[in-house]
Amino acid sequence: MVQATDAPLKKTPLNARHRASGARMVPFSGWDMPVEYSGIVQEHNAVRTRAGLFDVSHMGEIEIAGKDALAAVQRISSNDASKLAVGQAQYSGLMTPQGTFVDDLLVYRLAPSHFLLVVNAGNIPKDYAWIAEQIASVGDAVAVDASSRYALIALQGPAAVDVLQPLTGVDLASMKYYWFAHGEVANVRATVSRTGYTGEDGFEVFVPPQSADRVWQAILESGKVAEVIPCGLGARDTLRLEASMRLYGNDIDDTTTALEADLGWIVGWKKDDFIGASALREQKAGGVARKIVGFEMVDRGIARHGYDAFVGDSNAGVVTSGTQTPFLKKAIGMAYLPLEHTAPNTEFDVEIRGKRTRARVVPMPFYKRAK
Amino acid sequence: MSYPASYKYTKDHEWIELTGDRGKVGITDYAQQQLGDVVYIDLPDVGAKLKQGQSFGTIESVKAVSELYSPVTGEVVEVNSALKDKPETVNAEPHDSWMVVVKLTNPGEAAALLDAAQYQDLVK
Repeated sequence: MVQATDAPLKKTPLNARHRASGARMVPFSGWDMPVEYSGIVQEHNAVRTRAGLFDVSHMGEIEIAGKDALAAVQRISSNDASKLAVGQAQYSGLMTPQGTFVDDLLVYRLAPSHFLLVVNAGNIPKDYAWIAEQIASVGDAVAVDASSRYALIALQGPAAVDVLQPLTGVDLASMKYYWFAHGEVANVRATVSRTGYTGEDGFEVFVPPQSADRVWQAILESGKVAEVIPCGLGARDTLRLEASMRLYGNDIDDTTTALEADLGWIVGWKKDDFIGASALREQKAGGVARKIVGFEMVDRGIARHGYDAFVGDSNAGVVTSGTQTPFLKKAIGMAYLPLEHTAPNTEFDVEIRGKRTRARVVPMPFYKRAK
Repeated sequence: MSYPASYKYTKDHEWIELTGDRGKVGITDYAQQQLGDVVYIDLPDVGAKLKQGQSFGTIESVKAVSELYSPVTGEVVEVNSALKDKPETVNAEPHDSWMVVVKLTNPGEAAALLDAAQYQDLVK
């Protein structure tokens, strides 16, 4: 990942806590973030079997409000926000007119005419500028970059309900996946959302920055018996990959369309016009030439982001994510391949340090939790 | 973890345990800490010719890929294949997890390597 080295790194409200706890810190998208606490493998498996706690305060929050806020969101977001009840969230894309990604995001409906968009840390200024420009003509709707008003803490894993419930009056067990509620966590005003980026049950908790450390410590304390541990961005990446969740900048960007990324389900096909709609409808009718696939390595080796993929002698595509996954204990990844080579069990090669190494297309997700 | 006084070390964080004209080669505790959880090791075959300071293999953690650099010039006479199936051993016992045994072409070469005290200074 390309890092800007000249600007000073931004710090989340939990930065001092991470440093005091001995986390290994790295620059990530302009932020000084913990990449690991006790080790990626241990943290990854804690989330799969118990629960792990993540500081994701670097994520951006953009609010859109006004009488025409729904129309504004509908214009810039690929998914159909009119389907959202107040208290519900959805995964979506900010698309270019070509149907490629400016970013991917979660859209929360806070009130009938008030939405919260959670966007990637590295894209906040770009997204905000794009949104402000695109909704200027919509009518009564204004976008505000509210990122500095929120800290975001994610508790992920099968023990999440049991660990968080003692700290909040929000009824967590009855909260459905991709719904949220306002209340208090550890006596701090909070919005609790049943969402995450790990493929596991869990919650993301929005709190005021000045109270983030209190909430962080309270959750770890409540999670002591269940052996909840703090986790870094390293485990977050391996967890999301095992769950086949796309990462902006790796698997999707402004050169890949929603259909190529196999994310047609976040496109509101029945919506009226939105940015990217005509390009995506045209591509849907004509079909894509390439598509993202999940793969496992057949030969020994780990395919990584940017490695070339070969079908026979032709350089046919590229690996967008790849690692040795700690829970499944396999070398897996995602790659773009020509459509005719995307069926499960199709074999292809990845060039790893000059050597053609055999891989096989497998269905995604690689990991799906038991319900 | 302490650095065995009987080993020699490189600035690239490999160690070599010399016995006559042969040396067992591995990576240091500092190196394994920097890497994080090791999940893959690619080693040369017996008979491979190594040059001092040049790559003889690859080690990968969950996040990163790193080269292994040979502390000496020589020929690989033994490979620790067991590490391929249990790469995490390198994290647990870095100074016992030898990767290859090298027969040195020029045993005098090892004199220029760091001793344990010098290496400890380098990584502190």
